[in-house]
Order: sequence, then C-alpha cells, then structure tokens
Amino acid sequence: MNPGTESIYSPAHGWQPRLVAFFCNWCTYTAADLAGVSRLKYAPNIRVIRLMCSGRVDPQFILEAFARGADGVLIGGCHPGDCHYVEGNYKALRRFQLLGRLLRDLGIEEQRVRLEWISASEGERVRLVVNEMVEQLRALGPLNLPEKMEAWDREMTALEETVHAEALAAV
Amino acid sequence: MSAKPKVAFYWCASCGGCEEAVVDLAEEIVGVVEAVEFVLWPCAMDFKRADVEALPDGSIAATFLNGAIRSNEQEEMAHLLRRKSQYLVAYGACAHLGGIPALANQFTREELLRYVYEESPTTSNDAAVRPRPDCGVNGHRITLPELKQMVRSLDQVVPVDYYVPGCPPTPRLTKAAVAALLSGSPPPAGSVLAPDLALCEQCPRKSTKPVDLKFMEFKRPHQLRLDPETCFLAQGVVCLGPATRGGCESACISGGMPCSGCFGPTSRVRDQGAKILSCLSANVEAREPGEIEAVLAGIPDPVGTFYRYGLARSILRRDVSLAAEPVTPRAS
Amino acid sequence: MSASNGNGNGNGNRNGSQTGAIRIGFYVCHCGHNIGAVVDCAAVAHYVGTLPGVVLSRDYKYMCSDPGQELIQSDIREHRLNRVVVASCSPLLHEHTFRTAVERGGLNPFYFQMVNIREHNSWVHNDRELATVKAKAQARAAVERVRYHDSLRTTRVPIQPDVLVVGGGISGIHAALTLGNAGKKVFLVEREPSIGGHMAQFDKTFPTLDCAACILTPKMSAVRAHENITLWTYSEVAKVEGYVGNYTVTIRRRPRYVIEDLCVGCLECVGKCIYKEAKFPDDFNVGLSRRKPIYIPFPQAVPQVVLIDPERCLQVKTGKCKKTCLEACADRKAIDFSQQEELVQIKVGTIILATGFKLFDAKRIPQYGYGLYPNVVTSLELERLVTSSGPTSGEIILRDGSKPRTAGFILCVGSRDTRTNRWCSRTCCMHSMKLAQLFKEHTQADVTIFYMDIRAPGKGCEEFYDKSLREGIRFVRGRVAEVTDWALAPEEEGKLVIRVEDTLAGFVRRIPVDMIVLAVGMEPQADSQAMRRLFNLSCSTEGWFLEKHPKLAPVSTFTDGIFIAGCCQGPKDIPDSIAQAGAAAAECLALIDRGYIEQEPNTAHIHEENCSGCKSCLPLCPYTAISFDETVGRARINEALCKGCGTCVASCPSGAIGQHLFEDEQIFKEIEGILA
Repeated sequence: MNPGTESIYSPAHGWQPRLVAFFCNWCTYTAADLAGVSRLKYAPNIRVIRLMCSGRVDPQFILEAFARGADGVLIGGCHPGDCHYVEGNYKALRRFQLLGRLLRDLGIEEQRVRLEWISASEGERVRLVVNEMVEQLRALGPLNLPEKMEAWDREMTALEETVHAEALAAV
Repeated sequence: MSAKPKVAFYWCASCGGCEEAVVDLAEEIVGVVEAVEFVLWPCAMDFKRADVEALPDGSIAATFLNGAIRSNEQEEMAHLLRRKSQYLVAYGACAHLGGIPALANQFTREELLRYVYEESPTTSNDAAVRPRPDCGVNGHRITLPELKQMVRSLDQVVPVDYYVPGCPPTPRLTKAAVAALLSGSPPPAGSVLAPDLALCEQCPRKSTKPVDLKFMEFKRPHQLRLDPETCFLAQGVVCLGPATRGGCESACISGGMPCSGCFGPTSRVRDQGAKILSCLSANVEAREPGEIEAVLAGIPDPVGTFYRYGLARSILRRDVSLAAEPVTPRAS
Repeated sequence: MSASNGNGNGNGNRNGSQTGAIRIGFYVCHCGHNIGAVVDCAAVAHYVGTLPGVVLSRDYKYMCSDPGQELIQSDIREHRLNRVVVASCSPLLHEHTFRTAVERGGLNPFYFQMVNIREHNSWVHNDRELATVKAKAQARAAVERVRYHDSLRTTRVPIQPDVLVVGGGISGIHAALTLGNAGKKVFLVEREPSIGGHMAQFDKTFPTLDCAACILTPKMSAVRAHENITLWTYSEVAKVEGYVGNYTVTIRRRPRYVIEDLCVGCLECVGKCIYKEAKFPDDFNVGLSRRKPIYIPFPQAVPQVVLIDPERCLQVKTGKCKKTCLEACADRKAIDFSQQEELVQIKVGTIILATGFKLFDAKRIPQYGYGLYPNVVTSLELERLVTSSGPTSGEIILRDGSKPRTAGFILCVGSRDTRTNRWCSRTCCMHSMKLAQLFKEHTQADVTIFYMDIRAPGKGCEEFYDKSLREGIRFVRGRVAEVTDWALAPEEEGKLVIRVEDTLAGFVRRIPVDMIVLAVGMEPQADSQAMRRLFNLSCSTEGWFLEKHPKLAPVSTFTDGIFIAGCCQGPKDIPDSIAQAGAAAAECLALIDRGYIEQEPNTAHIHEENCSGCKSCLPLCPYTAISFDETVGRARINEALCKGCGTCVASCPSGAIGQHLFEDEQIFKEIEGILA
C-alpha cells in the first residue's frame, strides 16, 4: 500500500485478522485503559483510534479502514443516554444502521463492522468484545481489499505495460 | 488551419448525453469550431483511430473524453488519447466518477452478460447467443471489444488533467472549460472545473429548508405530491444536493426532481455516498434501533441512491465480494 | 499511476503541512518493565527510525521522568525537530505532561501525538512478537498523523467562583464548610428536609466511641450560620447545563408549606395539629417511631424548621382541616399552604457530588427472616434503638418490650455475596463491633458476631477488634445459612435460631438468640443512574460514581469541574468520606483560584468559503453552537459553545467543517498508518 516501506507483518505470523477500532474518548477508550490497568488479556489484533465521540466516526473512516486492509471495524461509544456530548452516540447508531446495509450490498459481511456501547467501567467488556470479534473475523477469513484492489488494477496494468513497451520500442 | 489548437472529443461507456451537451452549445459551437481544429469527434466527424495514431505525441491541445472505461477498446483509446494530448479532460460524470455504468460494479461480468443476453424480460434468445470477442464468419475474423471485469472512471485508467462534471455537463461549464484550457493560464492540474461548493448554495429552494430538520421518514419522489418550491429534504425526499458539487444551475431541482449527485463530491470529500449517508442518517429523529430501521427503510437501495454516479470512484469501488477475475491476454 | 484508490476526486490540495519540512522525533518508553517486558522497544524505535520524516528515534526507560522530558526538549533544539511522537502510556494520563515538555522545547504543544502502548498493548497482550508488531503499527499511525498537525492555542475561559455541593451528609457538609471558610460562595442542596445524612442517625462512631451527634451537630449548625453557604434542603437538582467553570444548574425546591425564614422551630404547631396522635412512620427513626403530618425531622435538624407532609396533611390533601397549626403559629405566619414547587437557577463554576448511599434491603435475603420475624433488625434500626434520643430513649428492647439476653450479628448482608452485591461495604465489620459493644453495655446480653472475615484495617480499628474480644463478644466464622423460629430443642423455644457452619470448628451449629442484627451493606442510591446522567458522569458497573483515575484522580470525574466525595463513589467510613470531601473542595479551589479554565482546542470550525449553507449540521449540535447566518446563507460555529464532539464534522456532506486535533486528514492518515 505504501510504496517504499514493507508491511511490518512478517510471513511467519501467518494471516492475522486486523481489527481497527474507533473508540470514544470518554467511555470506550477509557474502558480499554481500564482493561489495561486491570491487566485483562485480549487479542493483539485490535488497533484503536481515539476520537472524542462516536459521533465523530465518519462513515468514510470505516470505508477507508476496509480499503486499507482492515478485516473488521469496531466502533465503541457510550451507552445510550450516557453520551458525554448528550447524543453523539445516537447519531453513530443511525449511521451505523444504514452503513451496515450499504456495506452488505457492497459485499462486506455484517459481522465485519460492529457498534458497541462500552462504558468507562466496562474493561471486561472490551476484552470480551475484542476477543469475540477477532474470533469472528478469523472465521470469516481475510477481507484483503488492498490485495483485491491490486488484482483489479492488474487488469489495467497489463495494457499499460504493453503501451509502455511499445513506446520504448518506438524510441 | 494548423495554427489552431487541436481538440479531440471521444466517447467511451456513456449514453451519448455528453455529446448532446456539446451540441447544446448551439450557435456558440461555431465559435468553438472556429477557434480550434478538431482531430477526432466520432459522433460528428469522420476521423479514424489511425488518424489519431498518426499524430505526434502531445500534439492534441485537449481531449474531452466522456464515458466510463469498461472495455479494452475504450482502455486502448484512453491510452492513445492520453499519449497524444497535452490535456486530457474527463468530461461528464461517467469519465469523472464512473457514472451510471459503474453501478454494474455490483455484479460480475458473467452476471451482466447473462442478464442482458438471456434473462432480461425483453430478451428472447433461446439459443443463448452471446457476443464473442473473437470469432470467424465466412472465413473472416471478427473481433469485438471485450468487457473489463469492472467499470472505471477515466483517471483509474490514465492520468487525467481536468474534470468537467455532470450528467451531462452544462453548456456554460463546457464553454468555460474550453476557454480556461485554451487560455494562457490553465487552472491547477487535477481541478474539477466546477464550483467547489455543494449544490445547496445555489439551490432556489434553499431558504425553505428549516434549520432544525429531522427526518421522520424518507420517501421517493413518486410516492408523494411534491411541493414545487419547498426543499426536497424538508419534504422527506432524499436529495444529494448537500453532498454534491454545484454548477449544474440546479437543473434537476428546477425540473421538479431532487439532486441525484451527478456532479460528484467536493474536493474535501473522499466518498460522496458515505458523506450523504452520514448526514441524512444522523438527522433521523428516531432513537430506538427498530424505529431507526423503519425510517431508513425509506431508502431501499442505498448503493443505487448514494452512489448513482460515483460507485467506481468511491472508496470501495465495487461489490468487494466479487472475485478478481483472471486477466485475459490481449487479443491482437 | 492513478488507478490506485487515491484520495479526492480531482482537486488534490488538502490541509496539512508540507512533508518536506517535517522533522519528527520519536520516543518509545520502556516504562521500566511495564512496556519493555512485552514490547520490544528497541525494535519499535528502529522501525520508526526508517519511516520518512523521522529524523530521530529513541527508546528510553522512563519518558515521563524529568530526564525523559528534558531529552525531548534538548532534541527539539539540537535536531530542529518540529513534530514529536511519544509511545508510552495512555494519553489520558500523560498527554499533558509531554505537551508541556514539547512546549518547553520551543514547539507548539500540539505538534505532538501520543501512542498508547501500555494500557492498550503491553498490559493487555502476552505475545511479544505480536505486541511489538502492534506497537509499530500504532507508532506508525501517530507518525503519519503528526505530520498533519497544526499549531493550536488553548483558549482560556473565566471560571465562575461559586460552587454547588449536592448532598448534605457529612461529606457534603465538610466540603461546603471548607469552601465557605476559604471565602467561596457555596450552594448546598439536600434532598431531605434536614442535612446530616446517615451520620445524624448514628449514636456513636467507631473506633473511638465518641458521640456522633456531638461531633456532627456543630458542623451542621456551622453550615446554617455560615455567611458563604446558601443551604437549600428539601431540594433537588433538576437540570445541569454548561461546562466546567460555567455551569447553570436548576434546583427544584419542593414546598414544605412552611416559610423557612419565618419558622423558629418552636414546634407549637406540631402540638396543635388536628392529629392528636403521631401516627405516621418516622423516616429518621427508620419507622421505629411515629410522627405527625407536621413535624421536624429530628431534634437537631438543620434547618430548625418544621415541614408538612403533603401525603398526610388533611389541609394539603383535601383542603378541609381546621388548620389548628395556623392558630398555633399565630402572627409568625410561617405556615403557608399555598407554597408551590419552585425552580431556581444558579450559576456555578464547579460542582461536588456527595450524594451518599442507600442501605441494602435485607428483605432481599429472605432466609434471614427480616420482615418476617419482628426481632430481626438492621444495623441502622439498632443504631436508632441504642441512641438516647431515639424512639426507646436508648433502651434496647425486643418488640414485646422485654430485654434481649442474647443477640447475634450477621455480617455481610448484601455484601461480598455473588447473589446480591459482590463488593465489601467496608464499614460493617467495625460498625457491628461498635454496636455489639454498645449492645453489651446497654443489656449485658451475650453477643455473637457471625462473620466471614473481620476487616479492621483503619487507624485504631484492629485495637477496637481486640477490645471487642476482651469484652467477651464471641465471634463465629461462617456465613449464616438461615434464621428460623422452628425450635428443635427446648432451649430454642421462643427464640430465633441461627443456622451456620462454624468453619473454624468444622461443623454446623444452631445458635438460639433473642435478637438478630443484620449488618446491611451499602448500595448506590436508587437514582444514581439518573443522577449520573444529569451530571454527565460515568458509573462503575455496580452504580458507584466513577472517579477519573482510581489512584491519581480519586475525586475527579470525567466531566471537568465535577468532583465526587463520600459514599457515592463507593463504601467508606466517616474519616475517609471527610478526607475525600476535603480533597474535592481543594480541587474546586485549585480551579477557582487559578481564575480560568484552559480548554482543549478540539473545537469544530467551519471553512466558511466552503459551506453551502445546507443546514444539515444545525440540528446535530446539542449545544446550539452552530447557527445559520441568513445574510450570507452559511452556518457559523460559536467555538465558545462547541464542546468538540465532532459529530457535525462527520456529518458535513461537503466536508466544510473541520475539527482541531481531529481533522479528517489526520484521521485518514492514522488509519493508513495503523494498517501499514
């Protein structure tokens, strides 16, 4: 994906699901901190991006994460009624419901994107949800969009290379 | 004659509306014709591919290519015109974003061919004859362009200098684009030659949209008697105006239909569909998942609604569950 | 070539800085073994060092230490760094520390990004290799992101110096007095008609056995008399708006049908009430005595003002009463049947919640027979019985009026019990030993305490346990299975029998007693969830208000300017409650005396030239920070009102709204980096 740098995964790991999470600062991110302080162990496949509120999760971020190689996306917000910003989480919920349908129509399974309400005290729930989702992703297998996109593009590069070769030959 | 800048028009996967748009310049086309020398315009003039191939590389000042790229012939022409042109302009929604043809990106090539040649209700083809890319008839070899596995915008095939958006672009934008390119100081490379503001800015119904609009339901235009002056969204009808570049002179709105997004997103947005989805759904009034679902059920086909023109250029580009098909070697 | 899924759809110019000039310094912290034992910090530093734009990459033992911070500062100067990334603990812990270090180094503090590889990595993962891979991805995300950071400034908002204290128990009283003594205006709001809370119901306090009333009453009176404290009892918080430094709080003042300023607490009206007999259960004495419809909660109540129970008073209920109370009050005219509920709005800068606890309802454990056997009482009921000003004037008697000769105390009722509450209520061991000593002193009865573990960790508490043993209180270790009146032996006739496995002796025993005292545990207030929503706090799973950090910020909450004290945060005894109340008051003072609040510059901003005026963002803002400017046909954000959630940013359909610190481009880069 990024020319010039190799993937930091070595082939020795085999395939590992990649779970990108968008956690709200006040509840779920703090819950994940609590999970850490409590030394709860969970799958290392998750990578958290901190936002102030689940309402900040732009559906573009989710699409981008998939396009960049995420196998799953988890959104974590405060429980309904508990949003630090009154009701950002409801906005996240509504977007999530429509986006889920759109993603299914575009071939991304329902289980690959999940919205969870996890309050600041629910460190245990972070562990549970992450492990559960990583297992689900393992069962679903890789989504592999970067590779797929590359494969789609190969159809184009074939001609491009020929054109290039012809141009070189002409010179 | 030869002192005039050379201009080419070409037509790939599109409906022909963009060609009409050029003709819509009406008398003003005369001015254009006088100012430039056409070297290719299959719709109006008899030039062949060989004529273009014979031109030196970079000798065409500007090529206006409309239509998406979905066959190997179109792909070849795109490369050829790219090589021959100083500026390559993606003209119209299909070249810009993939356009309506890109909705085919929800299906495999086989599904498309089967439906069109065998299953569609208006087709009678008991022998299941399909066009073949290469066949012999009476000792003659006939080749046909082959469909690519997916539909692409022009810039997904060759580098593009400018975009003139719209389905089709308006005469005003077209004129302005030609003038801008032929002027001494062309706009920055990569520009979309339309205002970088959403349509609402110029919408004649703008003032009728309340500042506290929440959606209780979504309806499609045929489902209700629409007020001709009130904001479509205020009437519960999905309108892509807020997420779509302006510059279309509100043609659809003035014609009594909501914006369906043909001008594509503003420069600050990567995925037009995701953005309009975000904005519409966030403003749904309901709070309970079931109630939210009921409101959102008024948008039965989110892909067709939000990516009507932009699927190829969206972040996901197509139904991602479709397997990449093996690349067929070129028949030449 | 262009067939990749690149950004945008044409116009390539985006915000953010030019990559060429970017000079990033990266630091990964071992945090002793906390990170270093799981994440290969040297490998992370090496990897990040290879990324474009990173001119310096180090691993270091303790980044948050002074030398660690100085390292950043000197590197900024020596290596002309213009971006800094630190991979260490949670940004909620040390982001401020490092921003300050970056600022001291001469850079804008917001040219900094933090990577959480401790709480989100080394502490939650075991596999060193995968944890290291993850740390690299996390670090890369920050490195990609930080390039796009902007120079920002915090804004200062003046702080309103008045304080609201919610809850007039010992914690609230102490917090209010501390603040009042420091010269701050305090509003003390209490739901009950008098302040004092649970402590007012106690006879003596452990482990010193000093009289609760003697130490509490002066503090209550001090509240009443304090020139800086406005006391509103019988009142509740109805609404909280605003933010740290500038809260607008609406208080609902319930009608007591008595004008507080005119009532002198002579109680003549009570005597003259049309109800000759006091026939309604008295809450203060937990139903062990009766009161009239017009009453004073208890003799030392503050304020010393009567009130009328609208559920009981004939006049309020039916409008048909001789109103003998009015006659008794005569020309003081303190009684006012026309009083209505009143909503009062106040402006405060900080808030202390000291809303206390409720006691476990012993009926939830039916096998202990509370509510079934009259001589099974709760510890609070015994507390009232043992108090000289209580319903029996300090005499411990059975329901038939006789004196108990034997008593059993059952501990951990509604505590340390997976069927009810898992937590330890912390005070019941000591409280029960205190009551057992008083029981013995008052009745010379045989007293047995049934316990699981005796927890006596406080100052003087172990000694108090020794004293209990010396005074002949017996201790039986075992969770009581059942209380029954089914006699199996003659000596059990007419008694309550405690069935328990004596885990020290190793057999099941039946112990007959006259009276059983259930040491009921503490629970969050029934309306703690509603309260927490009102004040925008978090609760632990059990329902206690959640502190910002269990060790470093025990009285702060996730909502700036709102602090917690006492048992609303979790069970604790009086000294701990008071210590917390003092701490909460100090936190308020620290904010007030600085005079301003520094606000995180994470507000949303509209690029006006890009706004089409589609009005989609307006209904999304819960703070009405977005308005529509009709003259230009565009939306405007009032950054002073914006709290920085970013919901409008995610929704703006034409990408015309940005959010400082969380710009689209920054997040896209973070996504890109984290998946590299």
